[in-house]
Amino acid sequence: MDFSFSEEQQMLQSSVSKFVQKDYDFESRCGLVDSDNGFSKEHWQLFAELGWLMVPFTEEDGGLGGSAVDLMVVMEEFGKGMVIEPFLTTAVLAGGLIAASASEEQKLQLLGPLMEGKLQLAFAYSEPQSRFNLADISTTAELQGDNYLLNGHKAVVLNAEAADQLLVAVRTAGEQFDRDGISLFLVNTNTAGIAIQSYKTVDGFRAAEVRFDKVSVPAANLLGEAGKALPVIEKLIDRATLALCAEAVGAMEVTYKKTVEYTQTRKQFGVSISKFQALQHRMADMFIECEQARSILMMAAMQLDANQGIAPKAVSAAKSRIGKAARLIGQEAVQLHGGIGVTDELDVGHFFKRLTTVQFLFGSTDFHTQRFSRL
Amino acid sequence: MNIEFTSAELAFQQQIRQFLNEKLPVDIAEKRKAGLYLGKEDQVRWQKILYKQGWSAPNWPVEHGGTGWTPTEKYIWATECALAGGPEVISFGLKMVAPIIYGHGSEEQKQRFLPDILASNAWWCQGYSEANAGSDLASLKTTAAQEGDEYIVNGAKTWTTLGQHADWIFCLVRTGAPEVKNQEAISFLLIDMKTSGITVSPIITLDGKPEVNEVFFDNVRVPVTNRIGEEGKGWTYAKTLLTHERTNIARVGLSKQRFARAKQLAKETVDLDGYLIDNPAFSQKMAEVEIELLALEYTELRTLSAVSTGAAPGPESSILKIKGTEVSQMIDELLVEIAGNYALPFVKEQFEDGFAGEHIGPETAANSAPYYFNNRKASIYGGSNEIQKNIICKAVLGL
Ligand SMILES: Cc1cc2nc3c(=O)[nH]c(=O)nc-3n(C[C@H](O)[C@H](O)[C@H](O)COP(=O)(O)OP(=O)(O)OC[C@H]3O[C@@H](n4cnc5c(N)ncnc54)[C@H](O)[C@@H]3O)c2cc1C
Repeated sequence: MDFSFSEEQQMLQSSVSKFVQKDYDFESRCGLVDSDNGFSKEHWQLFAELGWLMVPFTEEDGGLGGSAVDLMVVMEEFGKGMVIEPFLTTAVLAGGLIAASASEEQKLQLLGPLMEGKLQLAFAYSEPQSRFNLADISTTAELQGDNYLLNGHKAVVLNAEAADQLLVAVRTAGEQFDRDGISLFLVNTNTAGIAIQSYKTVDGFRAAEVRFDKVSVPAANLLGEAGKALPVIEKLIDRATLALCAEAVGAMEVTYKKTVEYTQTRKQFGVSISKFQALQHRMADMFIECEQARSILMMAAMQLDANQGIAPKAVSAAKSRIGKAARLIGQEAVQLHGGIGVTDELDVGHFFKRLTTVQFLFGSTDFHTQRFSRL
Repeated sequence: MNIEFTSAELAFQQQIRQFLNEKLPVDIAEKRKAGLYLGKEDQVRWQKILYKQGWSAPNWPVEHGGTGWTPTEKYIWATECALAGGPEVISFGLKMVAPIIYGHGSEEQKQRFLPDILASNAWWCQGYSEANAGSDLASLKTTAAQEGDEYIVNGAKTWTTLGQHADWIFCLVRTGAPEVKNQEAISFLLIDMKTSGITVSPIITLDGKPEVNEVFFDNVRVPVTNRIGEEGKGWTYAKTLLTHERTNIARVGLSKQRFARAKQLAKETVDLDGYLIDNPAFSQKMAEVEIELLALEYTELRTLSAVSTGAAPGPESSILKIKGTEVSQMIDELLVEIAGNYALPFVKEQFEDGFAGEHIGPETAANSAPYYFNNRKASIYGGSNEIQKNIICKAVLGL
C-alpha cells in the first residue's frame, strides 16, 4: 500500500493547481458563468495543450494512462476553484463511454479531436421520471432501414448546448426499467428533430432539456452492441462519480479553510468570532469531515485502479460519505459567515451551492448508501 | 390538561376556514403552495383583504385595530392560514414597528402611523444591523446628531430586507456621546425613505434575488418628533419587542403546509422500488422531521398557554426560534431531495412576477434549491441560533 503520488502525479497536481490559482479567481469564474458560452474556450484549449484532456484515457487510446488516481488529482484541484469547464462531462463521462464502447474506427474519429480540445460532448441519459435509476429509460430508438429513429425526452443534460455530439442512452428493446435493451448512440446536435432547451444550473453550470422527435440516426452511430450498454454506462457513471467526489473534496478543503480564515478576521463583541468555542468545535468538525471524505476518496480511487470487482461498492461508499461531509461543510460555512454567507457576492455561498449539487449528481447520498448495502 | 380545542375554538376554526375558502385569492395560494415567490403587489393585495376583514393585525390591542383573539385563536388563525396557502403578513410594519409605536410612541405618532400600517398603505423596513454590528447589534455606529428640532443622521445600515419597496424605515441610531455605554446611547427613529440623502443599494442573495439592501444615510434630516419615546431608550424598546413578539416565530403553520406538500410529492415521485415515500431512508427522514415539528408545535402551544395565563414569554422562546428554523431548513432539504435532478435548473425568469410560461421540470421543483439556499438565512437573522443558545445558557441555565 502506498499513499504517495508519483512524480508525474505531483507535476500534474501542481500544474492544475497553478492554473486555478492564477486564472480562476472567483471574479473570473463569475464572469464565465454569466458569459454566453458558459465557460472559457481559451481555458479549454489550454487544458488540451497541457495534456489534461488526455488524463482520462489509456495510452492505447492516445491518453496518459487513464488511472482513477490521476483523475482524482485533476478534479480535486478543479474543485478548489469551482472550475466550470465541462471536463467531467466531455472528457471523463462522454469520452470515457466512447473509449469503453466504441469501435476502433469511431474512437479514431472522436478521441483525437476530443483530446485536442476540438470536440465537445454531452451524455444524455436521465429522463424526467428517472431520478437516479440508470435503467429507467423510455426514450426509444427503432430501426427503420439503415437508420434508427429516436423519440423521447432527456432531462437536465449537462453541457448539451455546447456539445457537438450527444451520446444518448436509448431503449432499443424491452420495457422501461429493463436492464437489457439499452443502447448508446452518437448523435450530432444539429440533426433535424432535436430540440435543446438550455439553461443555467443553480451551481453555475449549463444543462438542457433535450427532446428527440423522430430523429434519424445512421445505424453506424451505434456505440457497442445494441441492447447491452447498461454495464458500460454504470461503469462510466462510477468513474464520473469518483471524479465528482474528488472535486467535492477540493471544494470542501477550500470551504473550511475560508471559514477558519473569516472567523479570525470577523470581530463581534470586541473579539474575533473564532475565539468563541461554540464556533471552534464546529470548525473542528468541518475539518474532520473533510479528512474522512479525503480518506474514503483515496480508497475508492485506488479500488477503481485495482479493478478487483469491488470498485462500484467503493465508489458508492465514497459518494455516500462525501455527500454527508459536503452537506455539513457547506451548511456550516454559510452559518459561520453569518449574513455575508447567504449573499451572491462572496465565494463561500457558491461553494455551498456546488457542495449541495454534488450531493445529488449521479445519485443522492441515500441512493449510494443503499447501493452500497446492496452490492 | 386537555388536548382538545374547546367548542368555541372549534367554531372559530370553522369561521377561519370559511373565510380563507372564500377570500384567499387562488393564484396567491397556488404560488405559495408551489414554494414560489410573491411580489409586493400580491402581498399587499392579500394584506388589504385581511384589513377589510379586520384581521390584518391579530397581535395589536383592540383599540388600535387588533382582533381581540386569545393566544389560542391567534395560533389557530396562523396555522389555518398557512395550511390554506395564505402568505404571512410582512412583519416589519404590522408586527415589528407597530408594537413599538403603540407601546412607546406619542399619541400623535400613533395617529399618524398606525392607520397606514394597519391598512397596508405604507411599507416598512427594519434598519438595525450594520456591516460591523450584526450579532453585536449594540455596537452600531450610525449617528443622529441633534440640530434644533432635527436629527442629522449619518451612517449605513445593511441587510435591510425589502428596503427597495419601503416607504419608511425604523432605525436604531446612536444619539449619545461616544463615551456613553453602548446601549444607553441608542435611540429609535422613524425615517421617511424619501428624505434626501438616503440611497438604497441591493444585495443579491443566493437565490439570485435582490432581497436585502444596504441603506446609506448622508446628512439625512429627520424631525425630532420622529423619535419614539425618550432619547437613549431605543435599545430597551427594541428589546421588549424581541421578548414579547415571539408568537409565530416558530412558523409552525408554514412548516406544516410545506411538510404536507413534501409528503404529497413524495407519494407521487417515482423511485427505485415504487415511490419515494416507500424508500426506507427517505420515509425515515420524513418521519423524523414530522415528529420534530410535532414537538415544536406543542412547545409553541405550551408557551402560548403560559402567555394566556399572564406570564410573559421568557427566554424559552429562543427554543422556538432555534427549532422553528431548523425544522424549516430540514423541510427545505426534503424538497430538494424530492426534486432530484430537477433541483438543478436555475431559470431566473421563472421567478419573475407574472411568469406564465412552462417551468423546466415540475413547477414544485423549480424553486426548491434556491429556497433552500436562501433559507439558510433563517438560522442567521433575528438573533442567530448561536446567539439564541447563548441566551439560553445565560438566562435559563445560569451559566
Ligand atoms: C437574509 C437576511 C435578512 C436580514 N434582514 C434584516 C433586516 O431587515 N433588518 C436588519 O436590521 N437586519 C437584518 N438581517 C441581519 C441579521 O440580523 C444579521 O445577519 C445577524 O444579526 C447576524 O449578524 P452578521 O450577519 O453580522 O453575523 P455575525 O454576527 O458576524 O456572526 C457570524 C457567525 O458568528 C456567530 N456568533 C456571533 N457572535 C457569537 C457568540 N457570541 N457566540 C457564538 N457564536 C457567535 C454567529 O452566530 C454566526 O454564526 C438580515 C440578515 C439576513 C441574512
